[in-house]
Amino acid sequence: MEAIVLQILNGLDKGSAYALIALGLTLIFGTLGVVNFAHGALFMIGAFCAVTLSRILTLSHTIIDDTQKDFLGNPLKVEVPYVHDLFGQTTGDAIIDWAVPLSILFAMPIMILIGIVMERGLIRHFYNRPHADQILVTFGLAIVLQEIIKYYFGANPIPTPAPAAFKGSFDFGAMLGFEPNRIIYPYWRIIYFSFAALVVGGVFAFLQFTTFGMVVRAGMADRETVQLLGIDIDRRFTLMFGLAAAVAGLAGVMYTPINAPNYHMGMDFLVLSFVVVVVGGMGSLPGAVLAGFLLGILESFASMREVLNILPGINQIIIYLVAIVILLTRPRGLMGRKGVMED
Amino acid sequence: MGILEVKDVGKRFGGLQALGDVNLSVAENSVHAIIGPNGAGKSTLLNCLVGKLIPDSGSVMFDGQSVLGRNPYQINQMGISRVFQTPEIFGDLTVMENMMIPIFAKRDGAFRMHAIENMMAERDIVEAAERSLEDMNMADKRHQHAASMSRGDKRRLEIAMCLAQEPRLLLLDEPTAGMARADTNNTIDLLKQIKDERNITIAIIEHDMHVVFSLAERITVLAQGTPLVEDTPDNIKGHPKVREAYLGEAA
Amino acid sequence: MLGLKKSDSRLLLLVAGITLLAPFILNPFPEGSELAQFNAGYPDLMQRFVIFGIFAIGFNILFGLTGYLSFGHAAFLGVGSYAAIWMMKLLTMNIIPAIILSVIVAGLFSLLVGWISLRRSGIYFSILTLAFAQMSYSLAYSVLTPITGGETGLQPKGSDPRILDAALVNGTTPKANLFGLQMGSSFDLTLGSWVFTFNTGFYIAAVIMLISFYLAIRIFRSPFGMMLRAVKSNQNRMNYTGLNSKPYTLAAFVISGMYAGLAGGLMVAMDTQAGPERMFWTASGEVVLMTILGGAGTLIGPVLGAGVIKYMENILSKINSDILHGWFAFLPDGLENLIVNVLYPFIGKGWHLTLGILFMLVVIYLPGGLVEGAQRINRLFKSKSQNDSKAKPEPAE
Repeated sequence: MEAIVLQILNGLDKGSAYALIALGLTLIFGTLGVVNFAHGALFMIGAFCAVTLSRILTLSHTIIDDTQKDFLGNPLKVEVPYVHDLFGQTTGDAIIDWAVPLSILFAMPIMILIGIVMERGLIRHFYNRPHADQILVTFGLAIVLQEIIKYYFGANPIPTPAPAAFKGSFDFGAMLGFEPNRIIYPYWRIIYFSFAALVVGGVFAFLQFTTFGMVVRAGMADRETVQLLGIDIDRRFTLMFGLAAAVAGLAGVMYTPINAPNYHMGMDFLVLSFVVVVVGGMGSLPGAVLAGFLLGILESFASMREVLNILPGINQIIIYLVAIVILLTRPRGLMGRKGVMED
Repeated sequence: MGILEVKDVGKRFGGLQALGDVNLSVAENSVHAIIGPNGAGKSTLLNCLVGKLIPDSGSVMFDGQSVLGRNPYQINQMGISRVFQTPEIFGDLTVMENMMIPIFAKRDGAFRMHAIENMMAERDIVEAAERSLEDMNMADKRHQHAASMSRGDKRRLEIAMCLAQEPRLLLLDEPTAGMARADTNNTIDLLKQIKDERNITIAIIEHDMHVVFSLAERITVLAQGTPLVEDTPDNIKGHPKVREAYLGEAA
Repeated sequence: MLGLKKSDSRLLLLVAGITLLAPFILNPFPEGSELAQFNAGYPDLMQRFVIFGIFAIGFNILFGLTGYLSFGHAAFLGVGSYAAIWMMKLLTMNIIPAIILSVIVAGLFSLLVGWISLRRSGIYFSILTLAFAQMSYSLAYSVLTPITGGETGLQPKGSDPRILDAALVNGTTPKANLFGLQMGSSFDLTLGSWVFTFNTGFYIAAVIMLISFYLAIRIFRSPFGMMLRAVKSNQNRMNYTGLNSKPYTLAAFVISGMYAGLAGGLMVAMDTQAGPERMFWTASGEVVLMTILGGAGTLIGPVLGAGVIKYMENILSKINSDILHGWFAFLPDGLENLIVNVLYPFIGKGWHLTLGILFMLVVIYLPGGLVEGAQRINRLFKSKSQNDSKAKPEPAE
C-alpha cells in the first residue's frame, strides 16, 4: 500500500508538468486551431526567467571590507549583492533565497508578452495554412528560441534551488496515517503539485465563470458564429495565447528546483506533452489535465523495481506505448471531441 | 426490380431519427430525383448509399448485391459514382491527371503498384482521358491545375471524371447548388446529353425544382426522414402532400 | 534517356555531374589560403552530403508526395545502421550484404510502423511516428543493449566471427570494403596549390545516391506517384473514385523507410559504428528540415536541403570569433568589434540559430523551399528579358 501511494506521489510532479504544458497546448489548439511546437520552448523560457531573476538578485558590487583580513593581512574584498544595499542583509538574503517563487511575479508579465508577440507576429499568419505548416514554423521557432537561450546561458544545466525552507523531505506517509518513514516526500514536490492544481483550477474557473472565458469557450466551439455576433474574438484569442504562454512559463519557473534547467528541456517535455494531449483528446482541456497526471503516475509505476524486473525498460516507453494503444483503440483520446483534427 | 433497391433503411443520430424506413427503387436507365425540404434526410440517405454512413437497419442492394459494410472505394468499384455538392476534384493535379485517375481506377482496381512505369507511356489511358476532355470541351485546359478553374468547370470536370469510369449508377448531390443561372442551365444540358447518349442510371438530389423537372423521370419526395410520395414529375407538381411538406400547414 | 522525359534526364545528368565532380566543386579555394576553411571537399563531409541526400530523397517520397509528415524517420535509419553493423560483425566486412540487409530490415520495420501509424492522419500520424521513433530510441538505449550496444553503440571488433572473411592479421582492425576496395582509401590530386581528394567510399555512396535519385524520379513520374499526389490533394475524392488510399500511402511509407535504411547502412559502411543517438527525434527533425528547406515535393529540393544543412553544420560551425576578427580586421576597431558581436551568435556554435531562422523564413515566405526561390528568381529574369511575351501557364512538375 505504501509503495503504491509513494509511486502515485512520485508521479505527481512530472504529471503536473505534463498537465500544465498540455493544458496550454490545448488552450492554443482549442481556441486558435494551431498546433504549437514552440510550446515547450515557452516552458523552457519560463524556467530561464527564474534563472534570470536569481541572477539579477545576486548581482553584486565589490567592496573592501576593512574589518576582515585575508591571510596576507590585506583588507578582504567582499561581494555584496545590491539587494543587501536596498533591503538590508537579512531581508536581502531572504529575497535571494526566495528567488524561484518570486520569479512567478517576474515571469508572468514576460510570458504573457512573449505569447502575445508570438501570436501577433507569427502564428496569426498561419491560421489558414495547413497544420503541417503550423507544425513546421513553430518547430523552427522552437529551435530559434532554444538557441537564443543557449547563446546567453550556455549549454549546461543551471541549478536553481528552492527556498531553504522547502529543501529536504518530510514524512508525508505519517501525516496520512501510514507507517512512519515509509513515504518520504520532498517538500518542493508537494508545492509543485499544489501550484499546478491551483493554476489548473484558476484557468478552469476563468473559462467557466468570466464573460471573457465564456466568449472564448463559445469561440472554441464555433468561431464563425461568435464573430457574427459582433465580438472581436481575435483579440480574445490573442490574450488566450498569452495566457497559455504564461501557464507554460509558470510551470517552467516552478520546475527549476526539481530539475536544473537547460536549453533543451522544453523539447524534451514537448514531445511527451504532445503525446499527453493526444491521449487526453485533442481540444479537451479536462482530457489534457487528466492524461497529464495519469501518464505521469503511470510512468512512475513503470519505474518500480518490481515492474522493471518483469518488463525491463518499460519505464522508458510506457507513455508512448499507451499513446499508441489509445490512438488505435480510441482515436479521439480519452475525452476528445468529435471531428477535431480528423481530416 | 430496379438497379438500386433501398429497403426499410433507418438511421438515428443520437435522439434524431434522420431516416425512418425509407424504401426506394431506382429503375435501370432512368433519372430518379429525390427532393425534399431541408433536413428531410436526403444527404443522409445518399451517404448510406455510398458507404460513408452505415444505416442502423434495412438493406441497400445494388444490382442484386448488398452495398452495406463496404467502403466507399469498394462501392465505387461496384459501379456507383458520386458527384458532390461542392466539386471534389484533385486541386493540386492537372486537369489531365484528374481525368486519368478514374480511368486507372477502372482499369487497375483499387490498388496497383506501378511505381516504375511511365505514366505518359500508358497510351490507352492517356487517349481515353484526352477523349473525355475533348467531349467536355476542356482539352485546352488539360495542363492547368484543377484548383485554378472556375466552379462551373470544376463541376464539369467532376462529372467527366465520374463518367470516365462508365458507372452504372451516377449519384448527383445538388449538382447546381450555388451556381449562377447560366451555369445551372449548362449543367442541365450536360446531364440531358449524358442521359441520352449513355446507358446510365442517374439518381439526383436537388433543391432546385427547375433542375428536377427538366431532368427527372421519377421523383421521390422525402420529408422528415420518410418518403411521402413517389410519382412522375407531372403528378408530383400538383400533389397536396408535397405542397404541405414544402410550404407547411398554411398551404 | 533511361525512360525519362528530356527535362528529367537533364536534371539527372546535372546532379550526376555535380556529384561526380564534387571533389573539385567543393574545393574551390587553394590549400592554405584564408578561404580554405570553406572547402567542403573532404571525404567525411562529402560522404555525409550524399548519404543525407538519400535520406531526404526518401523522406520526400512520403512527405512531398502524400503530405504525411513523419516525425520518426530516424528510427528507420537507425535500424538500418544496426542491421548493417551486425552483418559486418557476423558475416563479412564487405559492404554489399550489410547494405542489402539494412534496406530489408528498415523496410520490414517501416511496414510495421506504417501499418499502425497510417490508421490515423494529420497531426495524429505525426505523433504516432514520433512515439514509435522515441520508443525505438529508448529501447536501443536501454533494454536492447545486447543487440544495440546501448549508449556506446556497436563497432566491428577483431574478435567478431565474420564467417566469410579471412582471419585478421593480429593487431589490425577490421575495415569496411567492397571486394577488397577499402572505403577509407583516398587518392589526392595536387594541382598547384589545390588539393583534390578522391575517396572510394564517397564515390560508392555517390553512385548509390544517383541510383536512388533516378528511382525517385521514376516514382514521381509514374502512375503510382500521381496516386500519391492524389492522396495529398483529396483523399475523399480518391475513395469515391474507387481507389484504396491506404496501400498507396503504406507503400510510400515503406519505400521511404527503405531509403532511410539504405542511408543508415551506408553510414555504417563509411564509418563503421552505430549508436542510438542516430534514432533520437532531433535526427528525425533534421530530415524534415532538409526536405522543407530544399523544397518538399520537388525532385532536387531534398538533395539541395541536405547539402545546405550539412554544409552549415560542418563549415559554418567551425568559424569562431578569432576568424571573424581576422575577416574584419581592416575595419576600425570599434566597428570591427560591433560587426563581430552581431555576427557571432549566428555562426560557430550558434549555427543552429541561423538554421532555425532560415527554416522559419522558408516556411513563411517560400513554402516551396529553396527550389521555389530559385524558380522565382528565374522568372524575374525571364519576365525582364521578354516583357511583352505573355506567360504561359506552366505544366505541373
